[in-house]
Amino acid sequence: MAAVTGGVAAAGGFASSSMPAHASDTATGVPANQVGVLVDTTKCIGCRKCEYACARANRPNGVSIEAYKDMSVFDTPRRMTHDALTVVNRFANPAKPAEPIYVKSQCMHCLRPNCVSACIVGALHKKSNGTVSYDASKCIGCRYCMLACPFEVPAYEYGNVLTPMVRKCTFCYETYQSRGEPPACVQMCPPNCLTFAPRGDLIELAHAKIEADPDAYHPHVYGETEAGGTSWLYLTSRPAEDLGLLEIPARPLPRLTENLQHSIFKYGIPPMLLYGLLAVAMKVSEAEEKTEPSKAPHE
Amino acid sequence: MSHYPREPIPVKFWTPGVYLLCGIAAAGLLAALYRLVFGLQASTNLTDRFPWGIWIAYDVEGRVALSAGGFTMAALTHVFNRHKYEPIVRSALLVALLGYSCAVVGLLMDLGRYYNAWHPAMPWMWQGNSVLFEVGMCVMAYLTVLYLEFSPMFIERFAGRVNLPGPLARLNRVSNAFLATGGGFVTKIMFLILILGVVLSCMHQSALGSLILVAPYKTNPLWWTPVLPGLFLLSAIAVGFPMVIFEQLYAAWSFNRKPPMDLLGSLAKLGALFLGLYALAKISDFTIRGAMDHFFPLSLASVMLSVEVFAGVLVPLGMLVFRRVRQSPALLLTACSLIIAGIILNRLNVFLIAYRPPYMTKAYFPSLVEILVSLGLTATLILAYRAAVTIFPVLTKQESAKPAAALEASHAK
Repeated sequence: MAAVTGGVAAAGGFASSSMPAHASDTATGVPANQVGVLVDTTKCIGCRKCEYACARANRPNGVSIEAYKDMSVFDTPRRMTHDALTVVNRFANPAKPAEPIYVKSQCMHCLRPNCVSACIVGALHKKSNGTVSYDASKCIGCRYCMLACPFEVPAYEYGNVLTPMVRKCTFCYETYQSRGEPPACVQMCPPNCLTFAPRGDLIELAHAKIEADPDAYHPHVYGETEAGGTSWLYLTSRPAEDLGLLEIPARPLPRLTENLQHSIFKYGIPPMLLYGLLAVAMKVSEAEEKTEPSKAPHE
Repeated sequence: MSHYPREPIPVKFWTPGVYLLCGIAAAGLLAALYRLVFGLQASTNLTDRFPWGIWIAYDVEGRVALSAGGFTMAALTHVFNRHKYEPIVRSALLVALLGYSCAVVGLLMDLGRYYNAWHPAMPWMWQGNSVLFEVGMCVMAYLTVLYLEFSPMFIERFAGRVNLPGPLARLNRVSNAFLATGGGFVTKIMFLILILGVVLSCMHQSALGSLILVAPYKTNPLWWTPVLPGLFLLSAIAVGFPMVIFEQLYAAWSFNRKPPMDLLGSLAKLGALFLGLYALAKISDFTIRGAMDHFFPLSLASVMLSVEVFAGVLVPLGMLVFRRVRQSPALLLTACSLIIAGIILNRLNVFLIAYRPPYMTKAYFPSLVEILVSLGLTATLILAYRAAVTIFPVLTKQESAKPAAALEASHAK
């Protein structure tokens, strides 16, 4: 555990180090100071304190803890909304029916975020610590990020008439991480099922936990490879897809469209080539027409 | 390049049909105001699960595909120098111009922050990785091209004839001079503009298909294929010619003119050729990918796909093979209407039916306001076309003075 605690301190250091964007592991494209959170769902007790902490951090005006003591919300599956950036859901535990499994969801902060690739104006971008951040002042409200997200995370303020925003977990980038502190939910979590640390350390920790107690854990760290890897990682007792976590292949999503875009429009050559071909066609057909004056409709 | 005399045609503007269209357009305008005042939540059925509805699937995707007649006719007539089509090219251009303009209005309705719509054009916000960025830039550029392509009609109509009312009259001379020099310049570079329009169209018509490629795990494999951009471009070209035929037959009926059946017949042949290529490409891709595995058990998606392919592609393709169909206004109109409906259905299918978010609890169906805005835009488009042909020299002079005479008689009353 010492390594991880040290990791938190190291992770907190990102704000002071003005790390340029290209300072990343070139083999994987992962920023060198990429942080993450490991969610050990076997420890979660479904207390909804993370939801409360999140609301307090992101909706500062008037959040009552009373609303978060209502456990009947677990009766129906929930997804994040524009004012609930993280939600916990309950799942049956066939092994121990008396102890249901609780799973927190929020933006996964992908290593190769598809929303960032899709955004038409760069309102979504990846910070050097791995946070996928949103700049409302650039946003035009096209909601293409919502279409692009494989985890179906971003929510929209449809009810806001003039200045609607895309809402998703901010990773508490401005509020806590910039001060070197873990996100609000991690700070609040009573049973310590959330661990904030450099992502590399978390992967090691997750595999060590699986190895130490193979009966308790399903042998897959969800988020290690999904969609090319995510900042948020999950340890589960049952296969992740039984716990509302989507099966997403390892291929980073932006690859297909970006390759397509970049090959079709490489230095603008293909469009210029098409332009040239059409110009030639225009000249050739014009010449043809002149040789056959009878066909042309000219006087 | 005008070898065919064209004129603003004398049409009686107000007919019962026009009153109906005005009513629909007014309802659409009210619906649009409702959206602007009360927001997306109150006016649409969009949700976090379904961020895109008919304003994107129909008003942007559908309209832009149907407006492909503008670039296909420009390419055919002016790039490949098939001058016999000149009598109908201006009309096709006008419909494209109105179609794209309506698509932009539909898009603005959909944008949460429509007042930021200019952001993608600012270099410091360019995002070259985004497919949507490419669509946005190409559509903006092509809309400019369309207005330039249309400008000769404006100039022909007003150059040397500017007659502004009241104190503005002193601007008459300078306006005339501007139109004359501007017109001369545009005519000189028109061939460059025409080719640019074709290139931009090929780029964004295909990119409109790439849009859904970003969501491979949320899109039904009956439609999702990496070659979707190619299929979108091919289907846009394939619907372009039938759309021009449809316009011509509709205008002929509405304005009591004789449809140029010889031209429309040969356009129908071209349309059938591209529709055949599209059918071949779509069916081969479907088979090669093994998408048939997803067809059964029958679902809404597989039924919608069948309707799209059979009624919208194969049946009209089969019809257009026959000379008799290509020469009969009624049968030709039927075939072309099927193709148009088929391509609209394809776009709706890709963006509304094929898109199936994993956490979906309730399917999307457009709200009344969404439907009214879409219908209102279509009605506005038809009214604007009707107004434009009476103001600008779009259609050719026709000898049969019957409708004009009837009109004069009605004016005399």
